[in-house]
Amino acid sequence: MNSLRILVIGGLITYRALFNWVSPWILVPSLLVMPLAQILLFSYIGRSAGIESDTFFVVGNAVQYSALPCLLGTASTVVGERLQRTLGIVLASPAPRLALVIGRTLPVMLNGLAVSVFGLVAGSVLLGLPVRAATLGPATLTIAVSVFGCTGLGLVSAAVGLRLRDIAVLSTILFGILLLCSGADIPRPALPGWLAAAGDWLPLAHGIAAARSVAAGGGIGGVGGDLAAEALLGLGYGMAGVLMLRLLERRSRSAGALDLT
Amino acid sequence: MSAGRLLRLVAVSWYLHLKMLHRSMFDSVMQVVWPLFFATTALLVYRTTGDRDALSYAATGAAVVTVWTAVSSNASGILQRERAFGTLELLVAAPAPFSLSIMSIVLAVTTTGGYAVAATLLWSRFVFGVHLAPAWPLPFALALVATVFSFGVLGFLLAVAAVRYRAVFALGGALELPLWLACGFLVPVALLPSWLRPLSWLLPPTWGMQAVRAAAAGQSLWADLALWAGSTAAYAAAAVWVAATVLRSARRHATLSLT
Repeated sequence: MNSLRILVIGGLITYRALFNWVSPWILVPSLLVMPLAQILLFSYIGRSAGIESDTFFVVGNAVQYSALPCLLGTASTVVGERLQRTLGIVLASPAPRLALVIGRTLPVMLNGLAVSVFGLVAGSVLLGLPVRAATLGPATLTIAVSVFGCTGLGLVSAAVGLRLRDIAVLSTILFGILLLCSGADIPRPALPGWLAAAGDWLPLAHGIAAARSVAAGGGIGGVGGDLAAEALLGLGYGMAGVLMLRLLERRSRSAGALDLT
Repeated sequence: MSAGRLLRLVAVSWYLHLKMLHRSMFDSVMQVVWPLFFATTALLVYRTTGDRDALSYAATGAAVVTVWTAVSSNASGILQRERAFGTLELLVAAPAPFSLSIMSIVLAVTTTGGYAVAATLLWSRFVFGVHLAPAWPLPFALALVATVFSFGVLGFLLAVAAVRYRAVFALGGALELPLWLACGFLVPVALLPSWLRPLSWLLPPTWGMQAVRAAAAGQSLWADLALWAGSTAAYAAAAVWVAATVLRSARRHATLSLT
């Protein structure tokens, strides 16, 4: 019960406190305007270049943008604690680490899911694309799996945040790498081979491919392989992140470097 | 204050803030790396078409617009930073014009954006093989500086708008990509929806970029530069007015510190 309390209530409080979202209006430019701007920018670049359809860019960018809240949000749970001078207190507490970690990632994942679904619907409406209720459900499921994958990578980034001061830089670079490698805007066959290969081992590429297939009317059954790959990547990165958090927490304690890296 | 002293104020403040920006990985290196990801993605999209002219078009626009990324993400946070340092009240109370103090900080931010321009041009040249050879190099450089200056003025307006509103810093990032699109850096303005085009015409960088492209193609750029000058002057005047008004209001309501 205590773990559940830490997971749910602790996670929600941390989510509100660490992002300083005292006013929900701060969410609007960051999580609603920015993804929509990215969707419109690349859709028009696609139109200008004469490649792919608007749907290709709307789906690709809507799913890809979930990376920002997931990477930055998860990493901020560590950096934010340091900024508030509470990291030492949290790590000194007897609270089970797994409940702490999952509690902090759940709101972030819901946030990423909401941002992507909003981008998908609002981007489609603005570009005059049909929004079909029949495809929205399966598309949301593919986004949820992608969000899980990104949050796994975010945990690795959060662990690095125990030893690196400017974690926002790392999260931002990871977002850029995902933009390039995931095929959100560049058709995968047109990507340089090494970028496409890197994308295969990073979150989002499989999730975006699945979301595009579902948006085109394909059933969820047809994208099982992509969804499984995305989920496995998320699980792998997540486990690596949790292990790294434990390892680097121990190292930071012994080096006395929790608050001054 | 004499003109010489004002000039000295701008120069010293610009230099000191530039040094401070260089101490932050996020405010210096990231201002080069972050827009490069978007520029690379756009260039890869255009490269799939095999059209060299389209690639050159995108490379020129991508190089110039990277300055806006640095300005939009930093300018809206300038006053928050001064507030956090505890120096905002000192800046306001100082006899030096507040607008000039802020403008010199925006200039320092704009200078860091210059690194991104150079990086993007080199990236386009060596990774994508785009060799930009403007037909009129000097007017091209003039138009480039003009466009960059207009970004600075927009950043100035953003910065002073944040005097009384804590959340304005979030607006800066949100304005980054809309300007990439609206000002015709990567997509011709003619391709934009008809309702968006009038907004593009109201933004000085649109005219600056048109002048850059005209100079690159060896066409007359003076009409575009005249429109750039007019719109930039209007934004600068608006920013000075906003600065005076919100500052007066913040003093009257004792809300400068926003605590």
